[in-house]
Amino acid sequence: MTVAEGSLVVTDLHVEFDGFVAVDGVSFDAHPGEVRFLIGPNGAGKTTCIDAITGLSRGTGSAKVGDQELLRKPSHKIVRLGVGRTFQTASVFEKLTVLQNLDIAAGLHRSSLSLFRARRGVDPAIDQALDETGLGKERATPAGILSHGQKQWLEIAMLLVQDAKVLLLDEPVAGMSQDERTATGELLGWIAMNRTVVVVEHDMDFMRRFATRVTVLHQGHVLSEGTVSEVQADPRVQAVYLGTAGAAPVTTMSRENN
Amino acid sequence: MTKLRPWLPLIGIGVFAFLLLAVAPLMLSMHWISNLGKYCAWAIAAVGIGLAWGRGGMLVMGQGVFFGLGAYAMAMHLTLETAGPDSLPTFMILYDPLAGLPAFWEPFRSDAFTLLAIVLLPVIVASVLGFALFKRRVKGAYLAILTQALAVALAVLISSTIRETGGDTGLSNFKYFFGFVLNDDGNKIMVYMIAAALLIVCLLVAWQLSRSRFGELLVATRDAEERVRFLGYDPANVKLVAFVIAAVMASIAGAMFVPIVGIITPQEIGASASILMIAGVALGGRASLFGPALGAMAIGWGQSSLASSWPSGWIYILGLTFIGVTLFLPMGLSSLLGKAKDLIWRSRPAPVPATAAAVQTPKEVKK
Repeated sequence: MTVAEGSLVVTDLHVEFDGFVAVDGVSFDAHPGEVRFLIGPNGAGKTTCIDAITGLSRGTGSAKVGDQELLRKPSHKIVRLGVGRTFQTASVFEKLTVLQNLDIAAGLHRSSLSLFRARRGVDPAIDQALDETGLGKERATPAGILSHGQKQWLEIAMLLVQDAKVLLLDEPVAGMSQDERTATGELLGWIAMNRTVVVVEHDMDFMRRFATRVTVLHQGHVLSEGTVSEVQADPRVQAVYLGTAGAAPVTTMSRENN
Repeated sequence: MTKLRPWLPLIGIGVFAFLLLAVAPLMLSMHWISNLGKYCAWAIAAVGIGLAWGRGGMLVMGQGVFFGLGAYAMAMHLTLETAGPDSLPTFMILYDPLAGLPAFWEPFRSDAFTLLAIVLLPVIVASVLGFALFKRRVKGAYLAILTQALAVALAVLISSTIRETGGDTGLSNFKYFFGFVLNDDGNKIMVYMIAAALLIVCLLVAWQLSRSRFGELLVATRDAEERVRFLGYDPANVKLVAFVIAAVMASIAGAMFVPIVGIITPQEIGASASILMIAGVALGGRASLFGPALGAMAIGWGQSSLASSWPSGWIYILGLTFIGVTLFLPMGLSSLLGKAKDLIWRSRPAPVPATAAAVQTPKEVKK
């Protein structure tokens, strides 16, 4: 099978922690132009999948971007292959300014020797990312005093300047206000136009509004896969959400079907 | 003023250079000149520690190892120079007049080799050591203990190899420094000037590193190592560079210490010497530019003035200062400057924090 250059193809991913199987035989693929959602109840293995793909946890099976195998490579090399990620808790460099944060993220394509020079001027890629994420006015602000939403956008901006082909976002809208969620969702749609975007999320409402395709994980397995309406109509998905996470998500889900 | 701000540290270094290189030689007696030279040597090591610990977050408690490499390289050269060509150093004759010069001493007869070794030995040792430690992600207290243990090990090794290194009595009685007679005021001032100039150079290097992209990356690695990994850098390499630069500075410090003080013993490079280097850096402010150097000089001054007039009290004063600074000024005395600035500015209206400003949303998606 030939795949597009920026596509992420995960095949039979298996992650085990001291005998506990966290992810068992998960396969999914994501392609440029789509906002792919990974959802599932707590402990379903969503974040573990992302961890394995980015080299934070050891996984077996296969995860490829284009022809490049990612598993068993160290994290920083995976990043250099064009796979970027964010974390559940926004992890920006709090003492550095927004511009410095972005400058560090943009630096992986620079030569090592140029690191010993001071920064002069701003990369066009950084200006563009600041513009796209609406952080233009905060460039001199220390990242530590940004609002929660702004920190998440800064993380996304960092992925943009490091020119990631595949963006893996772990709960990007957790703790955001409704307006911020909408703005983030629109931003993701815009970014996904020429990149692959995978979002791990709990928020069903957010998923429904912005997902193009969804993979539902449950206890380390893929439970269901398809468009938002296909997944919502799947009785197994409804059972899982009724059984473990309470009725609330499913009632809101089914309401939209009416 | 705002235009000037990025250059303030450079102006500060300029003033410091003027004081050390122009004012001090005119004002101070020979006794204090050589004392000041000794403080400069410690300050050079401290600038390196400031880089590795203050900026890079690596608590290097064994800088005595690299200080010792430089010091013994220099001391071996000066000893051989004093002994004269083809002859054994006096202490070796004393222990065993028949055995020859140990093989590792031979190259130190050469001026060029010695100077090269002072720079390259710490690079090699720190690279191998740092590579092994940082790739295995050894950090924090483990790194501190490990480096400290190495300093102890090197001191013990030197103590136990009396014929090869002079043992506990160390190496001393140097008469010449690269052809210059050491017992001469003019030459003593020259040696002091070299140490002071090297300190200025190290400060310039530290300044350039702190304003460079590498400096930003180093601080980022200190504060969030894992995050740096996910930006496509190997944090081990970032730390390794800072560690090696710190090692070279410590080695240069050791090399300058020897002709100024006139003796090097294992005590000068062991555990307590290494900790004393750290103490100066903590006192001055590990993350600031001038803090480490000035802190080290202050400790040095305290040691030579207070320790000679009140030897039993000095160690208590040092301990109390250290506890006080750690408790109340974790970032050292240099952080007082920032606090003073805050006090002055407090009367003015506080700037609006960015968080309070209206939340901006990402720009509208162009469809």
